[in-house]
Amino acid sequence: MAHHEVLSPLPGTFYRRPSPDAEVFAKEGAIVKVGDVIGLVEVMKQFSEVQADAAGKIVRFLVENEDAVEPGQPLATIETA
Amino acid sequence: MPIRRLLVANRGEIAVRVLRAARELGIQTVAVHSDADRESLAVKMADMVMPIGPPQAAKSYLNVDALMKAALDSGADAVHPGYGFLSENATFAEKVESAGLIFVGPTPEAIRIMGNKSLARETASKAGVPCVPGSDGVVDSVEQAVESATRIGWPIMIKASAGGGGRGIRVAHDADELRSQMTTAQAEAQAAFGDKSVYLERFIRRARHVEVQVLGDGKNAVHCFERECSLQRRRQKILEEAPSPALSADTRSRLCESAVQLARSVGYRGAGTLEYLYDDVSREFFFIEMNTRIQVEHPITEMITGIDLVREMIRIAGGEPLRFKQSDIVMRGAAIECRINAEDPDRNFMPSPGKVHEVILPGGPGVRVDSMLYPGYTVPPWYDSLLAKLVVHAEDRPTAIARMRRALRELHIEGVKTTRGLHLTLMDDPRFQAAEFDTNALEGWLAARAPAASPTTTTSP
Repeated sequence: MAHHEVLSPLPGTFYRRPSPDAEVFAKEGAIVKVGDVIGLVEVMKQFSEVQADAAGKIVRFLVENEDAVEPGQPLATIETA
Repeated sequence: MPIRRLLVANRGEIAVRVLRAARELGIQTVAVHSDADRESLAVKMADMVMPIGPPQAAKSYLNVDALMKAALDSGADAVHPGYGFLSENATFAEKVESAGLIFVGPTPEAIRIMGNKSLARETASKAGVPCVPGSDGVVDSVEQAVESATRIGWPIMIKASAGGGGRGIRVAHDADELRSQMTTAQAEAQAAFGDKSVYLERFIRRARHVEVQVLGDGKNAVHCFERECSLQRRRQKILEEAPSPALSADTRSRLCESAVQLARSVGYRGAGTLEYLYDDVSREFFFIEMNTRIQVEHPITEMITGIDLVREMIRIAGGEPLRFKQSDIVMRGAAIECRINAEDPDRNFMPSPGKVHEVILPGGPGVRVDSMLYPGYTVPPWYDSLLAKLVVHAEDRPTAIARMRRALRELHIEGVKTTRGLHLTLMDDPRFQAAEFDTNALEGWLAARAPAASPTTTTSP
């Protein structure tokens, strides 16, 4: 089993939900394909999607909702087949 | 009671702007800052500095308790909210006043009335100000909505009463669409704003955004003419000018007079802006909303009238009556403001925070720069991307455009990407020079310029 880390494209605030009351984009354990949205990074009041750049199972998120993130910081681990 | 010590409950260029006005009035200044803004220009300039919490705005600049504590601990006798953040939060204004301090702005009641879209509309109609044809207040049932829409005319907008900034709006082209969208619109309004009320308005396909600056002292009110703010991207203004190149003298005087009527009818105190849609073809103008605060683009009005709006709002808050009669306020020449944002127009306006290594700001005749930049400043990723407002004034619009082109060429910011290049392109665009645009124009021009770039989504690189 190989592991792949999804990295933050930007500095900012990481969100796991599209809005405070909504469901998370992806749960731990979820199967994702390339391009699936797994979170948002807010920088300067603009929201950028974080997409899975590998297919597989999300083993775990490495940052909490609303955590500050740096560019290149690992956000989630995907177990690739 | 004159203000002696003013706390500025904001950050960035507007905090600097308010500090400057206060200082010219001989008022002591208090800057607040989040942990991300310790090195800000406002902090360096102010007489006193109060930390208010972590970088996230929700925990600092939007934190009413932290700001109240800063105000009381600093011994300030007044609070200026700037724009954005808590500037249109009636509860904050109320708390400031009940703590015995002066809120530099309108009464909490005026903020509340104008902050509610359908109440604002009602108030405007009563004052004789034309509004976009729409439902009289909130529509509850689907059948009531269809009946109302048939009277107003299609297409129609369904708008959330508690919405704003373009959020909570849906368009329906016929009764079937309206029926299917009504329930969803109410559910969305409930989820997004905690209030399911919606109302209807005629959808005007091609309109200009024109707004009137007013000043009031609670009894009297005057206008300081209008600003043209049609050049927008995603409903964010990019470039503004004063006066509007689209209005005849007659339309201008009717428009501005209507704004004064509304301001008088609510006993408005301080600086405020009434936003209108203007239809070039029918020459009709319709009130859409009032902003009960100073606005980003206020300097262009200051340039054409010679009135320092921020200073006047502080004087009024200190209890002075308006110092101008309407006949004292004269418009001279033309002014343009370019918003220099930390964004990359070539990469779909991707935000570009970071360290600014070198800054050369333009100067010379008719040029004004409102900015918080200095060499070595790090633009934090937490807040909006406005770095500088480059403003020029000249005897007429073509001369102002030439002056802006010259000033943009002098502007040099190294370290972060900016929107400077986009503004240079606009100055050379014949459609801008001819003032042929509406609120959708800029997005169309941008899409045509960069067909490969996605016009609607921000995606990771």
